[in-house]
Amino acid sequence: MAAAAASERDYSLTGPASRRAVEIGLASAQWYHSDVPRNKMKELMKRTDGPAIRDTVIWLGSMAVLAAIAVWLWPSLWAMPFFLAYGVLYGSATDSRWHECGHGTAFRTRWMNDSVYQIASFMIMRNPVTWRWSHTRHHTDTIIVGRDPEIVLMRPPDLLRVGLNFFGLVDAWAAMKAMLVNAAGRLADEEKSYVPEKERAKAIGIARIWLTTYVATIIAAIWLGSVLPLILIGLPRLYGAWHHVMTGLLQHGGLAEDVTDHRLNSRTVHMNPVSRFIYWNMNYHVEHHMFPMVPYHALPRLHELIRHDLPTANPSILDAYREMWPAIKRQLRYENHFLKRELPPTARPYKAEFHECAPPGIAAA
Amino acid sequence: MANWVKACAADDIATEDLIRFDHEGRSFAIYRSPDDEYFATDGLCTHEQVHLEDGLVMDYIIECPMHNGRFDYRTGEAKGAPACVNLKTYPVKVEDGGVFIEIG
Repeated sequence: MAAAAASERDYSLTGPASRRAVEIGLASAQWYHSDVPRNKMKELMKRTDGPAIRDTVIWLGSMAVLAAIAVWLWPSLWAMPFFLAYGVLYGSATDSRWHECGHGTAFRTRWMNDSVYQIASFMIMRNPVTWRWSHTRHHTDTIIVGRDPEIVLMRPPDLLRVGLNFFGLVDAWAAMKAMLVNAAGRLADEEKSYVPEKERAKAIGIARIWLTTYVATIIAAIWLGSVLPLILIGLPRLYGAWHHVMTGLLQHGGLAEDVTDHRLNSRTVHMNPVSRFIYWNMNYHVEHHMFPMVPYHALPRLHELIRHDLPTANPSILDAYREMWPAIKRQLRYENHFLKRELPPTARPYKAEFHECAPPGIAAA
Repeated sequence: MANWVKACAADDIATEDLIRFDHEGRSFAIYRSPDDEYFATDGLCTHEQVHLEDGLVMDYIIECPMHNGRFDYRTGEAKGAPACVNLKTYPVKVEDGGVFIEIG
């Protein structure tokens, strides 16, 4: 697979691109929002516990059942399919639970959001404090070079890194390193750029709890003379990662950078119901970025309400990859290349104000 | 001396909702609680200065539309990250169907 070539882009959060983004007004900018009447938006934003309680019972219950069957069948190869399914619920479904509960939108009840957030954060190996703040920055400055710490497909794309991450190898390695650094009482410079000082002690405390948990798991494995404890805790982040990577790359992959309209830098993809359960409707990604207040279970309704103002959603994961992959390959040679999302005639044009303010005698575009 | 300014009519705000009120270069958020009491805070979230007018009011909490930071609008207290700094609040009175806020 192709590795990254030298880039003219600097994605570092502490480098010149970051300063430039602030200087030219890309940082903390005003973003485009589709028009939604306030009464409709209130209905969509409304919080309720029911859907998330149901889904959490299914998710954790399935994990318990799958793990029990897999352990019972172990060390027979018949255990494999059960472990693989368990792995997806551990290493992929946790990505969406971390995300939604980090926003606080999954449940109406605060402690439920916080509990699922902590559980999911542990499994997906994202410090719940540092990643909350990094995700906040991602929403403020989505795919703004030098500002967004969560740009997965940088240019030119590092396909080796992407390939390894389908098995969680890059992310888990980075997570373990970060955990050890945090547990030692420090934060990396980039983390410090978006985590306020008074939150850092919490990040350190969490890292120490996690480290203790992993050490205990390793001791259990040694004591039992079996790799099973690690196959249940920790390793699923690797063998179960593929689904969240597959869906996550589509969120912004191949699309515009340094724009302040989510219709141009985010992608909505219709998906099958199993993937949508694992992904908790984050396939409605334009809608989510435009209105992060709307809980996952209301995103399909939001989509129906504003689809006239958005680029046409990709009809499937396969279709989205067929669209994205050529753009990614082209970026290997031409890193300024990106897919321009075409807006339908019913949509407000990108940067409509430039069209509406045409000088006298010149027709607006 | 108290400077009471009329922000809106009481019925301009739906129950468990808010509206934006701008006055002399400053912006405020006026709330109507589930039990029909009125409150007022600064209109901009203390996290990144996003206006709260499109936010979600749930019981006595206002949630910022950008990053879901939360405040108790009765006291201004920041209740959920990334909101860490409290909102300034203002006294409110309702007279003759109008909502007045005291702007110092």
